[in-house]
Formats: sequence, structure tokens, C-alpha cells
Amino acid sequence: MVTMKNRGVFGSVFINSSRTQKIVLLLMSLALSVLAAGCFIIDPSANQSTFEPLGPVAERQLTIFWWILIGGALVFVLVGAALIYALVKFRRRSEEETPIQVHGNTRLELLWTIIPAIVVMGFAIASINTLFYSANVPKDSEKTITLEAIGHQWWFEFRYPSPNGPENEVVTANEVYIPVGIPVRINLESVDVIHSFWVPKLAGKVDMVPSEGNHMWFQADEPGEFYGQCAEYCGTSHANMKFKVIAVEPAEFDTWLSDQAAPALESGDPLAKEGAGIFKDAGCSGCHSLKTIAKTGSKGRVGPNLAHVASRRDLAAGMMNNADGAGNVNDAYLQENLRKWLENPSEIKPGNLMSSQAAVYTDPNKTLTERQISALVAYLTSLK
Amino acid sequence: MSTLSLAIPRPVHPSGLWNWLTTIDHKKIGVLYGVTAFIMFLSGGVEATLMRIQLTKPELDIVSAAVYNQLFTMHGTTMIFLAIMPLGAAFFNFVIPLQIGARDVAFPRLNAFSYWTFLAGAIMLKLSWIGGATDAGWFGYAPLTSVDQNPGKGIDFWIISLQVLGVASLAASFNFIVTIINMRAPGMTMMRLPLFTWMTFITAILLILAFPVITVALIELTFDRYFDFNFFNVARGGSVVLWQHLFWVFGHPEVYILILPAMGIVSEVLPVFSKKPLFGYTTVVLAGAIIAVMGWMVWSHHMFTVGLGPVANAVFTITTMLIAVPTGIKVFNWIGTIWGGSIRINTPMAFSLGFIAMFLIGGISGVMHAVSASDAQQQDTYFIPAHIHYVLFGGAIMALTSGIYYWFPKFSGKMFDEKMGMLHFWLMMIGQNVTFFPMHFVGLDGMPRRIYTYAEGMGWDLWNLVATLGVFILIAGFLVFILNMVKSWKSGPDAPGDPWDGRTLEWSIPSPPPEYNFSEIPVVKSLDDWWNTKQGGNGKAVPVSGGSGDEEHDIHLPQPSYWPLVTAIGLFIAAYGVVFNQLVVPWAIAIIGTFIGFVGVYAWSLEPVNDPDEDSAH
Repeated sequence: MVTMKNRGVFGSVFINSSRTQKIVLLLMSLALSVLAAGCFIIDPSANQSTFEPLGPVAERQLTIFWWILIGGALVFVLVGAALIYALVKFRRRSEEETPIQVHGNTRLELLWTIIPAIVVMGFAIASINTLFYSANVPKDSEKTITLEAIGHQWWFEFRYPSPNGPENEVVTANEVYIPVGIPVRINLESVDVIHSFWVPKLAGKVDMVPSEGNHMWFQADEPGEFYGQCAEYCGTSHANMKFKVIAVEPAEFDTWLSDQAAPALESGDPLAKEGAGIFKDAGCSGCHSLKTIAKTGSKGRVGPNLAHVASRRDLAAGMMNNADGAGNVNDAYLQENLRKWLENPSEIKPGNLMSSQAAVYTDPNKTLTERQISALVAYLTSLK
Repeated sequence: MSTLSLAIPRPVHPSGLWNWLTTIDHKKIGVLYGVTAFIMFLSGGVEATLMRIQLTKPELDIVSAAVYNQLFTMHGTTMIFLAIMPLGAAFFNFVIPLQIGARDVAFPRLNAFSYWTFLAGAIMLKLSWIGGATDAGWFGYAPLTSVDQNPGKGIDFWIISLQVLGVASLAASFNFIVTIINMRAPGMTMMRLPLFTWMTFITAILLILAFPVITVALIELTFDRYFDFNFFNVARGGSVVLWQHLFWVFGHPEVYILILPAMGIVSEVLPVFSKKPLFGYTTVVLAGAIIAVMGWMVWSHHMFTVGLGPVANAVFTITTMLIAVPTGIKVFNWIGTIWGGSIRINTPMAFSLGFIAMFLIGGISGVMHAVSASDAQQQDTYFIPAHIHYVLFGGAIMALTSGIYYWFPKFSGKMFDEKMGMLHFWLMMIGQNVTFFPMHFVGLDGMPRRIYTYAEGMGWDLWNLVATLGVFILIAGFLVFILNMVKSWKSGPDAPGDPWDGRTLEWSIPSPPPEYNFSEIPVVKSLDDWWNTKQGGNGKAVPVSGGSGDEEHDIHLPQPSYWPLVTAIGLFIAAYGVVFNQLVVPWAIAIIGTFIGFVGVYAWSLEPVNDPDEDSAH
């Protein structure tokens, strides 16, 4: 009803206005329609879109956002309409006219103090429920699993409680499997600077602050692959710090976890065996652990754990894709990616520690030969 | 030394370089501030353009990761500390004494010192590009600023130049508070102050309360870096969250330091071009004051994802939502001002109206991510740069541009080209919306901010391309602006004293104002006194010039001085010495600079007055 009335006023204003006024009006309505169109321009299918929530936390956060978006758009249209109406209606028609010198109106001013105060308070209070919902891990679910995510410049370490006992943890990197339909609590830590843990389709971000012991939770409603990315600026390669959450059926999750807990099968390929030797001799093992299990609470190594590196869909924290469309690791892709990475890691991830600290990259006499790289690639590809 | 400096008379340079170097005339200092700030604005714009070019398409390699990180750090620091704040200061300097009927500010030499110190800080920060600027972000979150993470000198330049700029801002703020309280013309009560003067007053108070917080934080950081202290060193019991609290306790009031002067300008322009007084003067003043108070209660909304817990987040959600109320009041009162008026849309008015529209969008998106529950999805995405640019570019810069056009006839004595002005307006309106609106989309589609590149197939390609194209519309707009300013200042038609049928005292004197501003100090009888004088008088009142030569003879003006410049140079050298504290002899340069500074202050305090009028009894 209100809009109908507005349109009426608008229409008559439009007909009665001069050409320039019409142009101004048209431009303003154009701006409005662009704004309105903007709401449909967001692509929910984009990998990190917040408009396609696939878990309860992201869902409730989006609901709140929609309410505020609609409220905000309404305010914009109303205030914008008042502004445009005044501009058209009260345009100066003669230099001689002097309008009535109104100094204010207490009642009006009180009105536009109190009403907005009530409206914003309403929004704030309505959102608090969701705030606590996303902060508190559900207590009623006995199945809740807890895992640890540790930020490093510029990759993510993940630790799971070992299926073999509480004193050990299963360690992996840059790829996190979770069971579908079960709340997952993630304890967040960082070993260097502040990072932020964010999987837009599952939940809003929480920062990984050194020594602050943050946590968050989310739950995936259906199996799938969810993109995550560090959201807090964390130095040179902040843009290159990504990961994936892979949600699978609980049974598959258990299988995956016990596979990860067991060492990779040894390869019979002589080149891979040679690579295993180089991995030790060239110093790779100084930073990269090949053990699948670590003592609970122990410090991780400097570099990502590589025990099952060939089972991961991405290399170098989401920088290079090893998988085919179905999510299965393709050895050819993996080998190509490994080679690219080993040849020049700083091209893929500027500022990374390996380029600046590993002897094979800093000491020209120790540079990896073509043969050594091939052997390392063969070895790493065997770590399924 | 003392006798020597005592012997140095005050400089007498009616024109030329020395005149500008030794001037203490608030109008000239205002122009210096304005021109310097605009050049800094352009340098920040170049930095922004490079970033946008880098993000035009996925995986471009125009600038490296390291350079990109320096670009966004320097862009933010430049625009906030070297462009918007000093542009505000330019208006304080030029306009305030004219609006309150004064002949200069309370401390004219301190005013010159503020400018030269600001220039020293600005030069220092920008020169840090040589050898690598800081890349820790304008917010400088610990521990990215630690020696381990950031061993270069860039971060030290950033720290020390911010301290130098802080000195400049504090000196200027005290000066303006005292000027506004003490130098008002008779009858100019506080509640008759023009709105811009009021907002400046509030801004100056905010500034002297906010800057000490960042000063302390920066000192702590300096101690961490230079003397191996542990304020922010987690490994030895420090806290990185402490920095965030300190930074944002300063940083949020700082946002209002940037926007309140802009609101003041709009509150001057709208009534003049609507031929109506400001709607609800008292309410608008109070709303400004309330914003300044509430601005201290909202800092943690910058830290919603830091893990302060849902209770803290709920509290800061509520306080942040509430600060929208006084801001909304201002918008409603501005609409109330033009409502029923006789609106003339020319360049300054168009920019002020554009400010309202753009600030409205920025304000609404601000309320949107004030809700911490859903902000977890927007924090640190491109949604936030979209918001901040609607507030600070669509907001502050639009209003400051409005102010430049509005007072251009007053400070230059020339009229600008109206057609070019409107062209500038439309280019800027279109340009900024094309540049900044798409940032909302990519932000909601999950693009984090501060990333130097992004992968293909994330759904961010189109809107990044559009945003980059928008920058070139903005560049075209600013070229038109520069052309207009230069051309009009050189050869524009002469401006009358009161070209806009103004309401406040600065329009009651000729354009450009004589050195002494008012030949006779006006007696103020009401709010909008000049307007009322014009309405009440028989026939049209016209701006009065100096009157007879005798009156001019009796006006005692503060005299130029070398010492503010010398003191600022001392500070500049000392600051360099602190950054390069290992060069030659440790701290030697700092000690030399400090010594020069002390000489400057000493000579300043004992400076003689060249009495132009020995016979005068004054």
C-alpha cells in the first residue's frame, strides 16, 4: 500500500519535472535497480559463496544476514526516496523566493531517534541467539568429534584423536575429513602469526590466535568437498593458504582415519626407493614428518606432514589440484604438481620457508638434480 | 646560542618561497595542508590503482606478493593519516577563524609547526618505499610486526612516522580547541557556532583522547623491536590480542575523526543551497557529540572473530548497532534541511547530496556487519573494503570535495568552472559505485581481503574486472578536478565575497579574505548571523573590505617565524635517527635532531616581535 502511494507521487513528480530532473530521476532509479539486481548477482554456487550454506551454522548465519539485508534495503529505499522526492519537489524555481526558515521539529526528531533505536535493538537482540548457537558446540550429541587445526605460514595442520588411544593423534595437513551429520569441534591454534579458519559453506570464520585457545564447530549436512581459506592477513603468501573439508559418510570416515593412522605401503619401485634415500639425505625429513601418529600435545614439525601426501586432493595448501573431477587423486597430475613444486616452490608460494631455509634451495652446490627430483616425485607419489 | 637566536629578527618576506616557509597565516597554512594532502591522496590513489590492476584477472603477475602487501599497507596508512585527516585539517585552518570571527588561530606558530611536522611524517612514511615499505597492514597486527616476522626498516619507518604525525595532530588539535573556545567573536556563543566549527571541535577532542592510545601501542611495539621487550611476544608471555585492543580503541574513534569534519561540511553546504537553516541544529550538534562518546564503546566490533566469546560479541553488537542511531539522526536532519527549501544543485551541493547517498549505503552495510552472528561470514572479506570505501570515499572524500568547491571562491578569490565541476561529480558518482559496489558481491561470494591474487573458477572474475574498470572512471574524474582547480585558480572569473548567499561569517568578508580577515571584529547576534544581517538590513548587505587605511593600521597580526620550521626539521632528523639507530654512531642522528629541535623551541620562546608600529600604544 505504501509503495503504491509512493509510486503515485513519484509518477506525478516525474511527469511534471523538467528534462534534467527527469535525467536525474532516471539515473537514481537506475542506481536503485543496480542495487536490487546486486542481490541476485551473487553466485551461490561459487566455491566459497556464503549464500549456499551446507551446514546448520552457516545456515543460521545466512538467515540473520538475509533479515538484515532486507531491513537495510528497505531503509535505503525509504530514505533514498525521501531524498529524491525532496530534491525534485523543492528545486529552486526562482532566485527571489525565500522558503520559510524552519529551525526544527522536536516531535519529528524524537520520532526518528526512537524508531531507529528500537529497530536496531530488535535486530541486535534477534541475532544474539544465533551468536550463542554458533559459539557453543552442541552438548547433547555424544558423537561430536573434536579435531585440532593449527595455522602455519602458509598451510594448515590437522590432528585427529587416534583410533588407537588418547595418547596419540593422527596428523595430516591441508585436507580435513569429517563425518556427515555429526557436529565437529575444531580447536584452533597457531604456531606463528594470526590466521583465520574459514569454510564459508559450513560456518563463519574464527581466528587462529597464538596461545588464545579458540575453538569453533560446524557440521556438514551432506557429503561433499568444501573450500576453505585463511581469512586473516598473515604475511607474504596469505593469498596462498587454502584447504579443503571433505565430508563423507561416518563409516567411510572411520576407514579413512584408520588408513591415515597406518603407515603408507612401501613401494617396490626402485626410483621411489632412491627417492626415499634422497628425502633423508637432502634434509627433507628435517622438516617433514612421515610418521602418521604423533604424541598428543606434541609440537608438529616445521613443514606439513607427508605420511599420506599422495592421498590428498591438493598440493601446497590448496595451490595445486591433484584430483580428477570425481575427487580421486590422479597420479599424473600429482607427479606434475610435485615436480613443479620441487623445482621452484617460491614461484607457487612466495616467501615460503622451504625456499628460504632448505639447503637444497639456498646452497647452489646442493641444488636438486633432475634425477633427484624425479626420484623424490616417485617416492612422494607412492605415499598413498 | 640564546643571545644569537634572540638577535635573529622575525622574517619579513611579503612573497616567494620564504614567505610560505615562514608563514603563520592560518589561511596559507590551510592551503599548504590542502595541497600536501591532495598530493598524498594521489599517491595513495596510485597505490590503489596498482592493486586493482593486479586483481583485474585471476593469477596476474603485475606486482609480486611482497609488493602487493606493501601497497595495501601503504594505501590504508596514506589515505587515513596523510590524506583524509590533513584534508580535514586544511579546512579547520582555513575556515574556523573565518567562521568564528577571529583574525588567526590561538597559537599561530604552533599551527605552522603542526603543518611542518605533518609534512615531515608524510615524507618519512612515503620515502620508506625506498628499501621496502612495511607490509604488515595499516592495522599492523602483532606478531606480523615483530622483528622475526618483519626484520626490515619499513615497519620502523611506519612506527616512527606515525608518532611524528601524532605530534602534528595533537598540536593542531589543542590549537583548535583553544581557538574555538577563546577566539570567538563577541556574541558567538557555543550554540551559535557554525556546524562545521562544532564538528571540528568534537573531532579535536576525540583526537587528543585517541592519539595517546596509539602512541602507547607504538611505543610498546618500538620497545619490542628495539630492546627485545615482550609486550606482544607470545612465546615469552606477551599477548597479540593486546595490540588489537589498543589499536582499535584508537582506531574506531579515528573513524569518527575522519567522518565528523565531513559531516560538518555537509551541514554547512545543505542549508546554504536550500536557503534554509539546518534542521534541528541542537540535535545535529548533540548527535555529533554522542557519536564521539559512543565511538569509544564499539572498538571490539573489529575483533568479532578474534575469539573474545559470545558475551563480548553480543555486547559490542548492541553498542555498535546503537551508534547507528545518532548517525541516522544526522541523515534525517539533513533531509529535513532540504525539505521545503529552495534547492539549488550546483557542484558543492551535488557532492554533499552524493555524500548522503553514498554514506547511507556505507552506513547500512556497517549496521549489517555490526551483527556479529552473521559478521563471522563477512569479516575480512571484500565486503568490508566495500563498506569502508562507501564510508570514507563515498563519505569523507565526497564531503571534503564538496568543501573544496564550496570554499574555493573564498580561498582563491576565483570562481571554478561549474560545468567541469558537475562532470567531476558524475564521473566520481559513477566511478565509485562501479569500483566499490561489486566488492560487496565478491565478499559475499567468499573472497578474502588482502589477497594479492586469486585462482580461476572461484566466481570472482567478473566483478573484479568491473571494479578495476571503475578505477579508471575515478581517475578521469580527478583529472577533470585538477584541471578545473588549476585553470580556475589561474584564470577563473573573480569571485564576489558572498557568491552562494551564505549564512556564516566567512561570507561577510571579501574573497580572498584580507590578511587580517575582519577589518572590524563582528558582533554576533544569532545563529547564521550573516544571513540574518542580510535579511534584516535595508537592501542587500555586502561583504565589507578593509575600510579606511587607518583601521588596517591598528590591526596587530601575529608575525612570521622561522622556528616552527626549524623545530619540525629537528624532529624529522631525530625521527630518522631513531629508525637508523645503528648508523655511524648509535643514536647520533637522533641526538643531533633532538638538539636542533630544542634550539628551535628555545629560539621560538624568546623570539622578538618586530613592532611595525612603534608609536602604537597597543
